[in-house]
Amino acid sequence: MKTLPLACAVALALLITACTGGDTDWTGSNIEGVMPDLEFELTSDTGEAVTEETYQGKASLVFFGFMNCPDICPGTLQRLSTAIEALPADSQSDVQVLFISVDPARDTPEKLNEYTGFFGPQFIGLTGTESQLSDLVKRMRATYGYGEPDDNGNYAVSHSSAIYGFDAQGNAQVLMKSDQPASDMSHDIELLLQRS
Amino acid sequence: MLVPCLDQPGSVLLDYLSLLLPYEFSWLAILFFGTASVLYANGQRVLAQSGEPVARWRSVLFWLGLALAYIVMHTRFDYYAQFMFFIHRIQHLALHHVAAILLMGANPWRALAAGFPDGSAKRWVARLLQSPLVQWPYRFIQFPPVAVLVFAGLIFFWLTPSIHFTAMLSQPLYLLMNWSMFIDGLLFWWLILDPRSPALAGTLGFGKRILVIWAATVPQLALGAYIVGAPHSLYDIYEVCGRAWPIAPHDDQVLGGLFTWIPPAMMGVLVMVVVLRRLLHQSDNDGVQPA
Repeated sequence: MKTLPLACAVALALLITACTGGDTDWTGSNIEGVMPDLEFELTSDTGEAVTEETYQGKASLVFFGFMNCPDICPGTLQRLSTAIEALPADSQSDVQVLFISVDPARDTPEKLNEYTGFFGPQFIGLTGTESQLSDLVKRMRATYGYGEPDDNGNYAVSHSSAIYGFDAQGNAQVLMKSDQPASDMSHDIELLLQRS
Repeated sequence: MLVPCLDQPGSVLLDYLSLLLPYEFSWLAILFFGTASVLYANGQRVLAQSGEPVARWRSVLFWLGLALAYIVMHTRFDYYAQFMFFIHRIQHLALHHVAAILLMGANPWRALAAGFPDGSAKRWVARLLQSPLVQWPYRFIQFPPVAVLVFAGLIFFWLTPSIHFTAMLSQPLYLLMNWSMFIDGLLFWWLILDPRSPALAGTLGFGKRILVIWAATVPQLALGAYIVGAPHSLYDIYEVCGRAWPIAPHDDQVLGGLFTWIPPAMMGVLVMVVVLRRLLHQSDNDGVQPA
């Protein structure tokens, strides 16, 4: 009887290790095998209908947000921009940032194009219909929601603050948090490029 | 009634009905809740015909418990539970405590067995349930110190920040989390609420049952209080995945801590009172257990 609690403890410990990964040296969280591959149907910032295949061949960093976002979105995009600039010059073009706006009512493709261009050539704006966006965030086990509009019609949007890193084949690899320092992001992007 | 409702009231009705649809469809839920409903409803009918109907209050407890577990697992409620910490805590309160207590308080086994169609399948299931393959693990997990350890341990396990983080990102782990809480709740509260007499059927003594409830409740109480008082964010997965609606993260965490702390403790005390009542009446009704 006494060995059984021990066996259970070992099994639990194994489960924990299996869950949290730990074999890869990410500063973010290892999501390989935990989260599904990249898959979507959206509209690009040039107004074309696109899917994940459009962006295959490069490592992708996916981030959900909205342009009226006061701090998290611009702050995160700025840090990502800094992190990419810190990469060796020849690998900077091997990564792309897919900024997906979950506020299609306000963020048109044209505005998105202008907005993402500000952060660098690797930044691509995407948006979609409500159902396209819902399908994608559900797949990524994330969500978004709208607050009540104020007198001027402005409203807050709650959204995922994660940056999902996919390799060039679209396999989920790493989840970075938006408040990670740029140097950590740079480290994880480099690792992502090595695995692509 | 449901066909083309393009006018305003119609679409509002449809909106409400859509709340009953699962956020993520699960065959496991359909199989479990479907089988339990069909067996129990059929059992109620068979027993009523045989002149030994199920007590009305027991069937009410059963259907309430089953409906509650279904609602928190397989309707729009599950969406809010995935994207709001405090609603996730309400979901686990329902699965691990309220629904499990209602279902086991209903003592549904007689009706479920009667509802199973006679035949070789029924004999096979009966044999399986009596086999060492089922009996041995069952007795192990119902051994009181193990039952307490598993009951309190599961709460701590799934609320360990790194494990909670991964469980909310992986659908298979998410399902494992919810079902493990529900099934453990059923096992634990059956140990406590088993209506068979300790003296005659060898079930756990009433004094020990009270002790078991106490031992299982106190750690959860402490964990709930810890979450309420934690000054920093413990479960940033809700920040990472986005919340169902904009709410201050700290408010979400405090509410979640309260739902981990107060209602489960209240449920524990309530069941203790029920067991205490049986302890006090032990000598009166030994061997005469109402159906």
